[in-house]
Amino acid sequence: MTIKEIQEEIVDEFSMFDDWMQRYEYIIELGKSLPIIDETYQVEENLIKGCQSRVWLHAEEKDGKLFFTANSDAILTKGIVAILIRVFTNQPAKEILDADMGFIDEIGLKEHLSPTRANGLVSMIKQIKMYALAFQARR
Amino acid sequence: MFDIQSVRADFPILKEKVNGKPLVYFDNAATAQKPKVVIDAIATYYNTINANIHRGVHTLSQLATDAYEEARKKVQHHINAVHDREVLFTSGTTFGINLVANGFASLLKPGDEVVVSAMEHHSNIVPWQFLCERTGASLRVIPMNSHGELILEEFDALLNVNTKVVAVTHVSNALGTINPIKYIIDQAHRVGAAVLIDGAQATPHIKPNVQELDCDFYVFSGHKVCGPTGTGILYGKEAWLNKLPPYQGGGEMIQTVTFEKTTYACLPHKFEAGTPNIAGGIVLGVALDYMNTIGFDAIGSYEHELLLYGTEKLLEIDGLHIIGTAKEKTAVISFNIEGIHPYDIGVIVDKLGVAVRTGHHCTQPIMDFFAIPGTVRASFSFYNTKEEIDTLVAAVKKAKEMLS
Repeated sequence: MTIKEIQEEIVDEFSMFDDWMQRYEYIIELGKSLPIIDETYQVEENLIKGCQSRVWLHAEEKDGKLFFTANSDAILTKGIVAILIRVFTNQPAKEILDADMGFIDEIGLKEHLSPTRANGLVSMIKQIKMYALAFQARR
Repeated sequence: MFDIQSVRADFPILKEKVNGKPLVYFDNAATAQKPKVVIDAIATYYNTINANIHRGVHTLSQLATDAYEEARKKVQHHINAVHDREVLFTSGTTFGINLVANGFASLLKPGDEVVVSAMEHHSNIVPWQFLCERTGASLRVIPMNSHGELILEEFDALLNVNTKVVAVTHVSNALGTINPIKYIIDQAHRVGAAVLIDGAQATPHIKPNVQELDCDFYVFSGHKVCGPTGTGILYGKEAWLNKLPPYQGGGEMIQTVTFEKTTYACLPHKFEAGTPNIAGGIVLGVALDYMNTIGFDAIGSYEHELLLYGTEKLLEIDGLHIIGTAKEKTAVISFNIEGIHPYDIGVIVDKLGVAVRTGHHCTQPIMDFFAIPGTVRASFSFYNTKEEIDTLVAAVKKAKEMLS
């Protein structure tokens, strides 16, 4: 699936929820259920520091595509990390660089990606795009 | 007589809704809400007497100058300074500390020591680190115990003939601890050190008496005492302010200027270069008038009631720990719930209409000391109620239920 298709699928899933509480409960579930990074990668070099919560991000390349794993110490952040990983992983660098993040607004999570939140998510997306740029430049 | 309903009616913002729910504002330690008299005074200034001060001979300039200097006198009386020229208007606590720390650069040498405490806000750490880097002085830290109280014996042991400055907060922003600053000031003076007290978190709750304290500098922010943002006060003893060099050069702070040499104006103008925040200074005076009308005794005892009530109710929640359990505290409750990140709690209670602060509160050394990533902090003001605390407790319970 392309990034756009995955985003549409997520928007579709979120449209089933009636209010913020249901949305948040779903994000919390995502945050709880997923071990999304190998422990050996949860290290200082992969740490993205936010004032409020911390995010670890690891990237790999296979067959011209990028694969991401990540984690956070806060569960809401981790749930949103899981959504972002689902969007960006197993995609070619160019797709990642061109990706529009408007879907976050559509699923009612815009406030979590505000630069002033300092929860590490904005820096995480920036870092994902940096990896994509670096892999593209190398090829 | 303290009437909470009439006090609340003074604050227009308390009628606002957030996320569809009546606002419960418990982030008072970050900034206080403003009463209508303060909000109106800003418009009145611009509508009636706006002019530049200390310069014009025209009537409007005179009126604005008089109002500004009147506000300085109000602050002088509020903190019981000997002279109004010892009261400098600043943009806030941070600026005041930087001004003093910068001034000491010409007075310190390698081997000298600057003492801060383990519970300082970054604003009362970093400027002193700059000073130490510039002069070769070293920074020493008064440790605290697990209740969040300074260990005074260790402080005594730190003091020696090389101690030149002691900079300590009156009240901790993250823990609420009220420090025994009178003792700290007296001990520091025995070795000849100058003492700066960071009053940012104390002044919303306590009326400082700088003569009784005998501190050399006392700094605080206007916006935390119901005044406008971008205002603040640096009190300094006249002898010290004369000793320190000016911080910024410009208009107003000079006596004579030639290309060969400039001589400085007398206090307080030596430290007030350029056109100041005139409206801000005047309205800070209005804010202090407002708080004094309610009275700091009434404020202190009402807030203490809120602190006891909030502490009791929050501790009923299983797994909740309060960080900062000093005997002497202002109405600040920092807490964590076992197994739950403070950020997650903050986000959920915000959705339920309660404004609290989460994170490290610009006090990373405190968080490191307690080995936690941060806390949830509820800080109460005299316009808060027990019913609002009930709303907070219910919201925290809901957050815990969702996140466990």
